[in-house]
Amino acid sequence: MDKQNTIKDKAAIVGVGESRYYKRGGSPISQFSLACHAIIQAAEDAGIEVSEIDGFASYANDQNDPSRLAAALGLRELNFCNLAWTGGGGVAAAVANAAAAVAAGYARQVAVFRSLAQGRGFRLGQAHLGGGPAGLLGFTLPYGVASPAQRIALRVRRFMYEHKVKQDALAAIALTSYHHAQFNPRAVMYGRPLSAEAYHNSRWIVEPFHLFDCCMENDGAAAVIVTTAERARDLRQKPVFIMAAAQGSDPRDVHDSLNIPDFGSANFKHVARRLYEMAGIGPQDVDVVQSYDHFSGAVMITLVEHGFCAPDEINDFCTVENLTWPSGKLPLNTSGGNLAECYVIGMQLVNEAVRQVRGISTCQVKDAVISMMISGSATTPTSNIILHG
Amino acid sequence: MGNEETATAYYLPEVLPVPSPAPDGRDKEFWEALKRHEILVQCCSRCDSLQMEPEWLCYKCHSFELGWKQVAGRGRIYSWERVWYPIDSGLKDACPYLVVVVELTEASGLRLLGNLLGDPRQEVEIGAEVEAVFEDHKQKGFTLLQWRLVQPESRP
Repeated sequence: MDKQNTIKDKAAIVGVGESRYYKRGGSPISQFSLACHAIIQAAEDAGIEVSEIDGFASYANDQNDPSRLAAALGLRELNFCNLAWTGGGGVAAAVANAAAAVAAGYARQVAVFRSLAQGRGFRLGQAHLGGGPAGLLGFTLPYGVASPAQRIALRVRRFMYEHKVKQDALAAIALTSYHHAQFNPRAVMYGRPLSAEAYHNSRWIVEPFHLFDCCMENDGAAAVIVTTAERARDLRQKPVFIMAAAQGSDPRDVHDSLNIPDFGSANFKHVARRLYEMAGIGPQDVDVVQSYDHFSGAVMITLVEHGFCAPDEINDFCTVENLTWPSGKLPLNTSGGNLAECYVIGMQLVNEAVRQVRGISTCQVKDAVISMMISGSATTPTSNIILHG
Repeated sequence: MGNEETATAYYLPEVLPVPSPAPDGRDKEFWEALKRHEILVQCCSRCDSLQMEPEWLCYKCHSFELGWKQVAGRGRIYSWERVWYPIDSGLKDACPYLVVVVELTEASGLRLLGNLLGDPRQEVEIGAEVEAVFEDHKQKGFTLLQWRLVQPESRP
């Protein structure tokens, strides 16, 4: 990496916003309206006029056309539109692309957003049988394997075998998200705590995933405003600087492939190394982590690949005690994550990573300075960011 | 293929789409071969590297001259899962069912996926030896590649 020429500290997140979060099918408004609510709120939070936004960045095939958004929101200029070529692995990539755009001068204030209304569109947890399988899905769908849970369970099972992981490690990830959601009134699972007993007694979706190992399906939207570090200092909120960002993949890690060389992995070995290199810090410096919890077991591997513990230490490290606020060693998914706050394809995790640096999380880690956000794992390409105050 | 097994019943009901080659045809030979009860993996005509899933060029030497190599229906379980939640309503009564990723013995660790025949509630062991069972769907004109545990007496 060329250490002189990186995005480090050239851009900042200056506003966060979100729609109300709903159970799947619970939103009375359209996916487009959800997106607009989140973007307007993020602009208000930043203390800028909505019409000052001049760019959009999103990921995972977001359905909200940027020109329609620009027209609906009354933007004066549209200077940058970018959709990252990813699924849930692209959350941080969208923020990184916005950061690059403002640093390069393509745009001044880019709204990064994701909106989802699974009650109105297709459901991610179901197979989509129309048209027949094509390409790699042809090697799995005829055998009843098509959903993200089924695809990722195979990778997690391999990791569990290689490192003698117990089910309790997966449970700890799920229980941690539910624990934190109990402090967060925005969370869909606020007021609905989860016990270890209820976790273990819950039905299997696909072994080794119980019901509570799998994220919810929701309706909602979240957004942040990204601008240059220089401009951020003049705005209302404490600037949250983008210290580092990375995106990519390990070798031959292709979506749906059974022949990924490092199959029992989260596809973050390469991307995590690049992130730390750019930031100039190591895992011991990170105060708090938001890691895309689509499936507990994938988060577990992600933590290993980001150096928070060795693979063979996972049973000792992955405990509720270690991962929960206020006293855990590595507070994880402090707003409740995809498992218990809301599944907005992970965008709300960026908002929470920002709140931790600002000091306003509902599970505020004391003196948090360095806040990491990791996008969807065991998918490809993946991405991550480090924020700091 | 002398000692091959042909399944007498379908492991899953016929509600899932018929396997069809990718629109660009890069895996057509694989599916055609299964109907003949043969397992093919891609083989580079220039550097002899094997690769799966099929692609238009060899990822090692970038030759576009790729052929196919037939390999035996033998392997070991590399990973597995037991599916309880139906991804389609037509699979509701078929749950639970077992899925295995099999590393092929004769193809330098290349992997294919199928269902593990037998009791869907059985204990599954990674590393266990399995052999191919061809599941012909004659009316719809396709064959699936399933797997069953190699019984101790039939080990070579």
